[in-house]
Amino acid sequence: MSALSNRSLRTWLHGLPAVDQVGAEARAAALGTRSIKTTSKAWAIDTAISMIDLTTLEGSDTPGKVRNLCAKAMLPDRADPSTPRVAAICVYNDMVTVAREALGDSGINVAAVTTAFPSGRASLPVKLLDTQDAVTAGADEIDMVIDRGAFLSGDYRTVFDQIAAVKEVCRSNPDRADAHLKVILETGELATYDNVRRASWLAMLAGADFIKTSTGKISPAATLPVILVMLEAVRDWRGLTGAMVGVKPAGGIRTTKDAVKHLVTVNETAGPDWLTPQWFRFGASSLLTDLLLQRQKLRTGAYSGSDYVTED
Amino acid sequence: MARVDVRKTYKLYIGGKFPRSESGRSYAVVSQGRSQSFLANAAQGSRKDVRDAVVAARGAFAGWSGATAYNRGQVLYRVAEVLEGRREQFVADVIASEGVTRPRAERLVDAAIDRWVWYAGWPDKLAQVLGNLNPVAGPYFNLSAPEPTGVVGILAPQRSSLLGLISVIAPAIVSGNTVVVLTSEDRPLPAVTLSEVLATSDVPGGVVNIVTGRTAELAPWLASHHDVNAIDLTGAANAADVDWAALEASAAGTVKRVLRPAGDGPDAVEPDFAPAPSLRRMRAFLETKTVWHPKGT
Amino acid sequence: MPTGFEYAPAPESRGVVDIASSYGLFVGGEFVDPADGGSFKTVNPATGERLSDVAEAGAADVDAAVRAARRAYTQVWGPMSGAERGKYLFRIARLLQERAREFAVLETLDNGKPIKESRDVDIPLAAAHFFYHAGWADKLEYAGLTTGARPAPLGVIGQVIPWNFPLLMLAWKIAPALATGNTVVLKPAETTPLTALLFAQVCQQADLPAGVVNIVTGAGATGQALTEHPDVDKIAFTGSTDVGKQIARTIAGTRKRLTLELGGKGANIVYDDAAIDQAVEGIVSGIYFNQGHVCCAGSRLLVQESVAEDVVRRLQRRLGTLRVGDPMDKNTDVGAINSAEQLARITALVEAGEAEGATRWSAPCELPDRGYWFAPTIFTDVSQAHRVAQEEIFGPVLSVLTFRTPAEAVAKANNTPYGLSAGIWSDKGSRVLWTADRLRAGVVWANSFNKFDPTSPFGGYKESGYGREAGRHGLEAYVAAGSED
Repeated sequence: MSALSNRSLRTWLHGLPAVDQVGAEARAAALGTRSIKTTSKAWAIDTAISMIDLTTLEGSDTPGKVRNLCAKAMLPDRADPSTPRVAAICVYNDMVTVAREALGDSGINVAAVTTAFPSGRASLPVKLLDTQDAVTAGADEIDMVIDRGAFLSGDYRTVFDQIAAVKEVCRSNPDRADAHLKVILETGELATYDNVRRASWLAMLAGADFIKTSTGKISPAATLPVILVMLEAVRDWRGLTGAMVGVKPAGGIRTTKDAVKHLVTVNETAGPDWLTPQWFRFGASSLLTDLLLQRQKLRTGAYSGSDYVTED
Repeated sequence: MARVDVRKTYKLYIGGKFPRSESGRSYAVVSQGRSQSFLANAAQGSRKDVRDAVVAARGAFAGWSGATAYNRGQVLYRVAEVLEGRREQFVADVIASEGVTRPRAERLVDAAIDRWVWYAGWPDKLAQVLGNLNPVAGPYFNLSAPEPTGVVGILAPQRSSLLGLISVIAPAIVSGNTVVVLTSEDRPLPAVTLSEVLATSDVPGGVVNIVTGRTAELAPWLASHHDVNAIDLTGAANAADVDWAALEASAAGTVKRVLRPAGDGPDAVEPDFAPAPSLRRMRAFLETKTVWHPKGT
Repeated sequence: MPTGFEYAPAPESRGVVDIASSYGLFVGGEFVDPADGGSFKTVNPATGERLSDVAEAGAADVDAAVRAARRAYTQVWGPMSGAERGKYLFRIARLLQERAREFAVLETLDNGKPIKESRDVDIPLAAAHFFYHAGWADKLEYAGLTTGARPAPLGVIGQVIPWNFPLLMLAWKIAPALATGNTVVLKPAETTPLTALLFAQVCQQADLPAGVVNIVTGAGATGQALTEHPDVDKIAFTGSTDVGKQIARTIAGTRKRLTLELGGKGANIVYDDAAIDQAVEGIVSGIYFNQGHVCCAGSRLLVQESVAEDVVRRLQRRLGTLRVGDPMDKNTDVGAINSAEQLARITALVEAGEAEGATRWSAPCELPDRGYWFAPTIFTDVSQAHRVAQEEIFGPVLSVLTFRTPAEAVAKANNTPYGLSAGIWSDKGSRVLWTADRLRAGVVWANSFNKFDPTSPFGGYKESGYGREAGRHGLEAYVAAGSED
């Protein structure tokens, strides 16, 4: 990679086809009008639950709070043990050990946000140490943020190098499988769909296993057109390289309806191969509650209420 | 002893050149009024001359319609300048052609030149007057603007040999159309003089093509021609053996825009060209093009 | 539980509409039986089932309708102030919104178009047209239509509309005619009369004065009786170029005004710098929207050779996600072909395309057993000379041609007797404007396609017709021209 210059990255990224904002938003809106009913709704709800990275990323997080979240992850609905488990718990790196212990051998992954999340404003050694901490503590997945400042100033090489360096750290725990690297683009700060497309390709070029929209700390977070553009990127990346990269919207997805719209968009853009927790995740906290309410409605035929779903 | 004057050979005007009719035919043009004296032999254009004129008009269309509106205005104003210089000749032509008095002919020529000036100012205003932004319910820029319809066939008025002629040619070419004009059958001389004016001003060859001859013989070829986009039937009034209904029906074959002759019923009436014109004749040979474009980042 | 994401049927309820077993003609504000009692059936093209029997208007019925319209014009509608006329149009717009779901379902049943489209496009736009024109009724002197004089109506307007957007075309015709003070006799298409008849009920609910709107159902003969009627002041026709030419011949030599909105063979030009995913969407909505039953469809794809393979590959993948089938299913993207006759025409042209050597690809989709269907189809290896590149197919069939330079794109786009619509896809502003300037088409969608709006004039160059509908320009067709010359 030593031959890679910022100039060549720039030339390549700016050679990607443009994204027309109005057209992309119209397409996303059209996908959002799909009417998903009965059996397909039930399938979508269970699939969505299984794709959740159940998240708590607060300064006020405590071991107790994280343990409660893990308990919910393992048994989302006490009344119905057939309810799928979520894909992962997503926490700051100092909570990885707590989550790891709480989840045991449940099969639910622990994801840690690192690299001076959410701003990413720290030196590279600090970001790498932050990541190393999480990996050493047993994180299965690393959710890193890109340096948006570098990206917006046109310093694509720095963004690339940081992702590649973090990826190396993800491979550094000899006792465990390599941690999966999710690269957070923070699309709300990238502002344009052209930038979302370029950042998606940049992350994939640098070795991302997943591309993720947002930290959840910036508005707008995940929007359907942003996900559409990212899904087009992973679809085209597969066409070019044969390799699949996952996609994770995070932040702002609170309702079953939103989640289903995303699944429809996955289905009709990247294709059904992406409709598994291996390739698509929802970074969310309150979404699970609504999915469970809707699931209860489908099972019982009556509308449910929040008292019938565990709060954290 | 009086000097023997040098007489002019009256020819067609096609593609900026002055050919004789390919048919080799001519017909005698006589003065109007009591004397009916011989004026000239005009070329008697044929269907093939009409065909050639349409080819010339089509060939000139891209350049003329693609010129800037400012440029078209300049070129048309230049025509008015040259018209003014030929004022005396036009007066003589009109007296001979229409059998009017000299003062009346002078008024008609002045009116014709002034009308040309009026139209010469229109090219760079039409889009502003006839076009507009459309506030569509969505994130789109949407603009409607007039464009010329293409090649226009014109049956020039039979009686008003100069003012009428100019009143039908100018509004068609202002917007960028190119025209094939069938002149007044019996009063073609001012049209021939006009062609000389056009040839010596800056109007590109082929923008205006002028064919003298028998209207009833030529008009059907113009009306049925597939490469003609519109037809002005004003000159169907008082034209011998011309059935404007049949011409309109023929024009339907390629969905031509048809400007009907004046009149309320089935009869064609030559309008009075004296009153100030409206936009009507310019509008008749315009298309509205509407362009959408999204607005986004 | 399904193993993958298979969308379960999501049918719209048919129960919201009440279809009578038979309908009369709407003349003078009432439903009346036709003079000779003739009728024809209208069917659901998705199933072939009979929906209703509809009266067939003969010459005497058309005459009665024209007389009713004349009476309304001279006695009520003509003398009425623009402000009062406008209020009736506002009422109609609101009623269309209130009964939108009913109209949408009925339109889909009668036409075969997906409920998604009748619900989200046809009916809202129809209501919007009445809203837009309602506001014009008392502001016509500001429309720049005449010099000095207040624009005057023409009188009785005869209107003949097609089956592809039945209610929307009705709105395009009736709203401007009424706003400018004319009265109308409208003939809906033979295969799609039902929403026009429901609209007649809306006129009744709005207390629109009797005779202002008259609806005569029937086929070609009814339309001919209307266009030939001596007391009609203007004909507005939307439909095929052949019929348009016939009408133009019919009225030749009269003083009847005419506007024609006819066929097209729209070119959709994709440059190599286009926003490719949006271009693909634009191509899809350009030709597969409304089963391709769209006069302004982008039926000729002109794609720059350097990206042609990529574009076609993306297009094929995208067509694989189109859901073809039950129009009443909210997830259906492509519905039924409107009639057996139209299906036969599409089939014949597609066979001609194959016979002439173009390469056919049709989306792999299961088509229902009953009704009229055609899978979304792409022809590649098409040359300008092929029939599929020249003739209007009016179905979900796209012909793909390539070009090398912008000048070649424009030349190929314009190389047709039609001139209704065109599309341009490029990320370069100056190239878009350069191209738009040179396209001989009445509507140019740059980086978009098949967008419609009541404020935006619509209509063609050349054999695609004359006159414009909608917008300020659309009013011109319904007011008397200045007599000054």
